Amino acid sequence: MAMLEVKNLDISFGGLRAVDDFNMTIEKGCLYGLIGPNGAGKTTVFNLLTGVYKPNKGIILLDGKDITGKKTIDVNREGIARTFQNIRLFKDLTVLDNVKVGLHNHNTYSTLTGILRLPKYHKVERQMNQKALDILKVFDLDKEADVLAANLPYGKQRKLEIARALATEPKLLLLDEPAAGMNPNETQELMDTIGFVRKHFDMTILLIEHDMKLVSGICEELTVLNFGRVLCQGKTAEVLNNPEVIKAYLGE
Amino acid sequence: MSFITYLINGISLGSVYALIALGYTMVYGIAKMLNFAHGDVIMVGGFTCYTICSTIGLPPLLGVLVSVIVCTVLGIVIEKIAYKPLRRASSPLAVLITAIGVSYLLQNVALLIFGANAKSFTSVVNLQAVTLADGQIVISGETIVTIVSCVIIMVLLMLFINKTKVGQAMLAVSEDKGAAQLMGINVNGTISLTFAIGSALAAIAGVLLCSAYPSLTPYTGSMPGIKAFVAAVFGGIGSIPGAFIGGILLGVIQIFSQAYISSQMADAIVFAVLIIVLLVKPTGLLGKNIQEKV
Amino acid sequence: MSKTLRSNIITVGLVFIAYIGAQILIATGSISSLMKGLLVPLCVYAILAVSLNLTVGILGELSLGHAGFMCIGAFSSAFFSKCMKMFVPDMPGALRFFLALVIGAALAGLFGILIGIPVLRLKGDYLAIVTLAFGEIIKNIINILYLGIDEEGVHFSLKSSLDLNMADSEKIIINGAMGITGTPNDSNFTIGVVLLILTLIIVLNLIHSRDGRAIMSIRDNTIAAESVGIPVTRYKLMAFSISAALAGVAGVLYAHNLSTLTALPKNFGYNMSIMILVFVVLGGMGNIRGSMIAAVILTLLPELLRGVVSDYRMLIYAIILIVMMLFNWAPKCIEWRKKATASVKARLQKKSAAKEVE
Repeated sequence: MAMLEVKNLDISFGGLRAVDDFNMTIEKGCLYGLIGPNGAGKTTVFNLLTGVYKPNKGIILLDGKDITGKKTIDVNREGIARTFQNIRLFKDLTVLDNVKVGLHNHNTYSTLTGILRLPKYHKVERQMNQKALDILKVFDLDKEADVLAANLPYGKQRKLEIARALATEPKLLLLDEPAAGMNPNETQELMDTIGFVRKHFDMTILLIEHDMKLVSGICEELTVLNFGRVLCQGKTAEVLNNPEVIKAYLGE
Repeated sequence: MSFITYLINGISLGSVYALIALGYTMVYGIAKMLNFAHGDVIMVGGFTCYTICSTIGLPPLLGVLVSVIVCTVLGIVIEKIAYKPLRRASSPLAVLITAIGVSYLLQNVALLIFGANAKSFTSVVNLQAVTLADGQIVISGETIVTIVSCVIIMVLLMLFINKTKVGQAMLAVSEDKGAAQLMGINVNGTISLTFAIGSALAAIAGVLLCSAYPSLTPYTGSMPGIKAFVAAVFGGIGSIPGAFIGGILLGVIQIFSQAYISSQMADAIVFAVLIIVLLVKPTGLLGKNIQEKV
Repeated sequence: MSKTLRSNIITVGLVFIAYIGAQILIATGSISSLMKGLLVPLCVYAILAVSLNLTVGILGELSLGHAGFMCIGAFSSAFFSKCMKMFVPDMPGALRFFLALVIGAALAGLFGILIGIPVLRLKGDYLAIVTLAFGEIIKNIINILYLGIDEEGVHFSLKSSLDLNMADSEKIIINGAMGITGTPNDSNFTIGVVLLILTLIIVLNLIHSRDGRAIMSIRDNTIAAESVGIPVTRYKLMAFSISAALAGVAGVLYAHNLSTLTALPKNFGYNMSIMILVFVVLGGMGNIRGSMIAAVILTLLPELLRGVVSDYRMLIYAIILIVMMLFNWAPKCIEWRKKATASVKARLQKKSAAKEVE
């Protein structure tokens, strides 16, 4: 069964149809790319999938379950985690705590347990620290665990966002321009990390990206959006050779 | 008939609130700060006029003029010394607390000079009260002057902001300081001007307020200041027509609740109306609602 | 021992040392009666500052109505204690105070939830003005509240004491603007310090727990917090109501230190709320220890100035406040301070290096 199935998704903002009859199917374990020119509606699709916007029409099925119109919090609990185009970290928390916030719904104890420091508090906090450090290690951030997120360099901030998203144990990971602002070396390293994450966590990943090297390098399938409509869908190599796509990107 | 009297009194009180609220809202719009010392500038205006007219014995018009000048200068100085260094502070609360410090400072300077006892303010208005409907409605000279001056000031202010280059610069700075600077606008000068205008309006409001309610203490400006702040938020903070409408409505609501419900509960009712308005319209009557983009 | 644990122990330790110090000063008689009278208020203000820091520093929402919650705690508990004194005179003072504490905190917390549900949707300055409005409404209503209990039951009025229709005016418990007189003086400095330490433990432990992290994540980025499954409204309400309940505790302490409790603008109005906010901002938002110390210093400052420059003390207080704010927050001052400390350090290093050479 497909991990994500989106049917006839529609949303308009004051007469402008930002996303128009959008369909997409992502198989389990697939690394899927969503590309298109600026303003094509890619981030709007992410916002629809994660419940930031409610669609006017259409269905979103995650692992066979209807999650259309659910709130962001519930969408995350159902198993979609995301990163943001403009980085949104908890900048006055440490790197470790950023990931621990991601673990919030998986390692629990009551408020009273926390205030009274009952034995369970110590036990669960230890587990959380261990888990968080394990995730940070994947991104080579474990040495910076005690640094404030705001003080991390840009590339590491992007990685930390992915680490935090992963901590929520999602079924589907949405990455919004993960390589934005990175130099070629950092991008290469990020591609390796994304590949590792997919294998290690057995993750289905949907990413938005402008960096064609990254897209052609790791994405197996692509959807191309233009003016809110699907222009082309299919295997990466085929899509990138489609004359319509080339026209949309390079102009006439 | 008493209804009409109350309504007119309400509009008169509201006009004073509106004048103060204009200062609040302009400063908020441009400096994004709640100037808690604004209320105390009213008090300074009142005391200046009191000194000129009652202590020295000069004509009222001169008193008004001098208090406008004093408050204008005071507003500029306060901004330069206390607020400007904090414009880029990491938290917007820093300048809020400094404003509170300035408020304490003004109150205590007034306390040292004039003492804590209430001074009886002589009205600057010598207009005859108007009697209508066979004496059933009496409108005092103060009321007429207050309403008329508020309307004139409001019109002039709107013309200034919408028709002059300097006014447009103010709008630009309130929208985006950085971009305004790049367009060659003198941001510091524009902010100073905003404080100057706001403080000048506060001086006029102070003189009018004390003419209508002639007891003057170092704390006179405090409550009207808060009420005007409420009026500004009520109308949508940052919006000039909003401050005008908010001020008038607040004054009318206050006088009506004093008259018809309970004078002791008037303040509670004013605040309750504010809460209800904000719960229905979270950015006030004319405020803009800007959603964060994800 | 972890860093946070050490920091927490220092914070609580400071309170303890200050307590011992004050006790020594009292025992040796080297403290004026005026200062002695300030000891309980100091605890009250410190609790208020710590509890408001939970809303302002940790949750990141500006509240200007904190005194309102303190007011609820003070009046509900004083009402309870006076009733107990009248009708159950045998009840031991400690039990009575404990029950009053529970009632005051619970009621203030409940109001925190009731007010929080509608208003926490608002943002920034709009939230600030609405909390201010609520604080003023609470004060205003208490000032016109008349309540008495006699054989016929409970009498209640919002107009005047005469409207209560009570034969025995002695049995009026809340008398409008005259407030509550004859509240048993059940609190003292030791109880104040114990409550302050309890407040510190609750707030510090909360911050360094799963819930505290969730609250701070909302402060730092609400949209991101939602995206990782943090129930934003629930945690906002939690922080706000715990903060309110602790303000209620401060109110209980305050009320049981006075024989007459009235709701004046000075003690329960927005001026008080602003004063508490000054403690928080000056001590450092999110810095619990800092806000506590700021509360103590700023409360003592006018009294210490009283001996030196009595007429100008509030003026000097205002100037110190402005200067400290500029010094702590102005970006230019921060830069200058950094440079100054760096050059001092460099000079010290040079000196020690020179010594080594010798």
